[in-house]
Amino acid sequence: MTVTETTKKKSQLKGSSSQRLFAFIALLAIYGVFAVFGNRFFTYNTFINILDQSYYIGFLAVGVTFVIITGGIDLSLGTVAMCSAMFGLIAFKAGVPFVLSLLIIALAGITFGLLNGVLVSYLKLPAFIATMGTMMIALGTSAIISNVQTQHFPSRADPVNGWFKSVFQNFEVITGPNPADKFRVPSGAFWLIGTIILAIIVLNKTRVGRYTFAIGSNEEAVRLSGVEVRKWKIIPYAISGLGSGLAGIMYGATFTTIYPQSGQGLELDAIAAVVIGGTSLSGGVGSILGTVIGVFIMSVLQVGLLSLGVQPHYQKVLTGVVVIVAVFIDIQQHSRRET
Amino acid sequence: MTEPILTMDNIDKRFPGVHALNDVHFDLYPGEVHALVGENGAGKSTLMKILAGIYTKDGGTITYDGRPIELSNTREAQDIGISIIHQELNMMNHLTVAQNMFIGKESRRGIFLDDRADNEKAAAVLAQLGMQSIDPRETVANLTVGRQQMVEIGKALTYNSKILILDEPTAALSDQEIDYLFGIIRELQDDGVAMIYISHRMDEIWRISDRITVLRDGEYIGTVKTKEVKQDKVIQMMVGRTIFVETKSESAIPADAETVLEVRGLNAGRMVQDVSFDLKRGEILCIAGLMGAGRTETVRALFGADKKESGEIIVEGSPVHIVTPADAVRAGISYLSEDRKRYGLAMGMNVAENSVMACYENYLNGPFIDQSKINAEAERYVEKLETRTPGVNQLVRNLSGGNQQKVVVAKWLIRNSNIFIFDEPTRGIDVGAKNEIYKLIHELAAEGKSIIVISSELPEVLRLADRIVVMAEGRITGILPAGSSQEMIMNLAHDISA
Repeated sequence: MTVTETTKKKSQLKGSSSQRLFAFIALLAIYGVFAVFGNRFFTYNTFINILDQSYYIGFLAVGVTFVIITGGIDLSLGTVAMCSAMFGLIAFKAGVPFVLSLLIIALAGITFGLLNGVLVSYLKLPAFIATMGTMMIALGTSAIISNVQTQHFPSRADPVNGWFKSVFQNFEVITGPNPADKFRVPSGAFWLIGTIILAIIVLNKTRVGRYTFAIGSNEEAVRLSGVEVRKWKIIPYAISGLGSGLAGIMYGATFTTIYPQSGQGLELDAIAAVVIGGTSLSGGVGSILGTVIGVFIMSVLQVGLLSLGVQPHYQKVLTGVVVIVAVFIDIQQHSRRET
Repeated sequence: MTEPILTMDNIDKRFPGVHALNDVHFDLYPGEVHALVGENGAGKSTLMKILAGIYTKDGGTITYDGRPIELSNTREAQDIGISIIHQELNMMNHLTVAQNMFIGKESRRGIFLDDRADNEKAAAVLAQLGMQSIDPRETVANLTVGRQQMVEIGKALTYNSKILILDEPTAALSDQEIDYLFGIIRELQDDGVAMIYISHRMDEIWRISDRITVLRDGEYIGTVKTKEVKQDKVIQMMVGRTIFVETKSESAIPADAETVLEVRGLNAGRMVQDVSFDLKRGEILCIAGLMGAGRTETVRALFGADKKESGEIIVEGSPVHIVTPADAVRAGISYLSEDRKRYGLAMGMNVAENSVMACYENYLNGPFIDQSKINAEAERYVEKLETRTPGVNQLVRNLSGGNQQKVVVAKWLIRNSNIFIFDEPTRGIDVGAKNEIYKLIHELAAEGKSIIVISSELPEVLRLADRIVVMAEGRITGILPAGSSQEMIMNLAHDISA
């Protein structure tokens, strides 16, 4: 045993950070390509559009990052986001003040998250199955409570609650007589940035985060160290649920109109973003920053391809390719480390 | 010595179908290193897991520091100063050294973790162990196994442990690292820490321990002072003479029998080093050894399931190139793994389907599967092997362990295998079914099939083997003829000087 052994191996197991760096470079490269070839891509308005596309996926992805670091998965993100939003809007319709309705949305998200957590932690269901069940329950519930009707968040024109979009999406400053003459301040970005900072602190500076990593790394070892694993394992799912609830609000701010099926598939976009950002599906490794980069890779692709005049379907294909390439690179790094 | 810090009396523990501990006694004095020895399955780990709060005992008393205690989880054991360092290191590989050492008792400022404080505390503990060169901020996965072990010991010290249980602590260490570990053990001893040392390595036990307690088949055999006994005496206590077993007194194979398999200079990592042996037609060759001796690794490398570094494999006189299990199967070798559920059988499929699994291509009618032909073939083997099943359409999941084993054998017979490798064929099988499997193996041999059996149970080895290959630490330490004694095998199995 010599001192050199540790230093020699120091560069290993930095897979997460090196992939994060790679993802960041990829993000800049993709942005650069669109800036050169896209139609009016390198503009302030397009930048705002990219942000718009990233809010709801961002909240979903940041939340589910906790779950994935524990080695679990949450498939209920999308439909829970929509179901939570439905609960809020139904309450709003029934006369509850709008601000309280937003609180209801967040609480509904947490409740679904706690349900997932209990199923996985106490009842020992595989996370895939438990959250798939919750996904279906949430989808069905939102169809029932909405009576399969589309529901509406307040629009900008709403005299009482028109502030909603200004606060959660963009604050618009009118600059001229035409409807297009406006300067948009991305207020949603402040919420997202705030959430990201909070999530980074929780993940890296509190016991919740420490046990999230520890459980994903070796759950049995944590248990044998005398930590109440069952209790701590619920919290990441609750965080993921909260993320879904908040994503429901952001989705409403972006699209105004929701219907029960709006959320379907969003969970896959969010999980894809997490994976692109270097979080390992086998647990123990991951970062919020990586996830955020993953989210922006996806939204830049979405907006960029549109600016090239490419149909949205192609964007899905390309996203799929990006996920596969990102994970392939990760696996390559891991296998090199093991030999 | 003064009063014992720990006394365990009349400890009893049952698992479904097994009486794991029966009226076991164990005591420990402050500053003592007390070795706990016994064959695989003797109950050492179970006893220690009870002491560490991982299992709860069914009966008996534990007196610690003069007071009776009841432990229901690891936390309680740690809180009063009992820590265990597991054989398979139980670390969170993605966390840092300090994070591992202080998991569950992190320093905090309000709700925030104070990593700096834990890093300092970890550095102090590591310095106490003379391991200043380990950086508390290093990720554990980047450390060598030896250093990880030191971190585990450091972690145990953070609980202010008065009793430290070391379960096979040297299994993965180099000689140099072992010397270092022993230095630390002696220092801890001077500080009054009592240690329980579980090991198969007799030389280490004589180097480090003050007393030895022997368990056999879940029973307490005795405690001796290390200085006052010789190694063979302890081995005799471990093996015992109580069980009468039908043994093969001499090989049934003529000396000039044809050699069907030759393994020359097989190397695959640390667990398989320069392994050479041969196998004759109709012979039953048993590979004996302790857990971790490299037996399974050897046959897996031979079979192409794991990568080999070098070595020659000669089947019926001609060298064969085995890189994947498919190559081995083509050469007529079959491997019946210990874990039938994972490797041997499709549990949700029926007897007929499993029987022909390895050669469906022979049961086709044009592009279609010829079910009646499959059923007929499966029935023939059910009859031949006397498999007890209501019919070939029965799911193998519903068969007993012994009968499942027969279905696996049928599969390989149908595939025309000549060399059968059985890895712990009777593990987890009751006595009656064991006899059936012995009969089956004898019948296969009588038919001219050649058989390798890996077994940890010496009575089983003595009953089956025409020859016995004994392994220790990845090397063959001896090849014994049928009729050898258990002591001879155990001596070779503990022979790590080879």
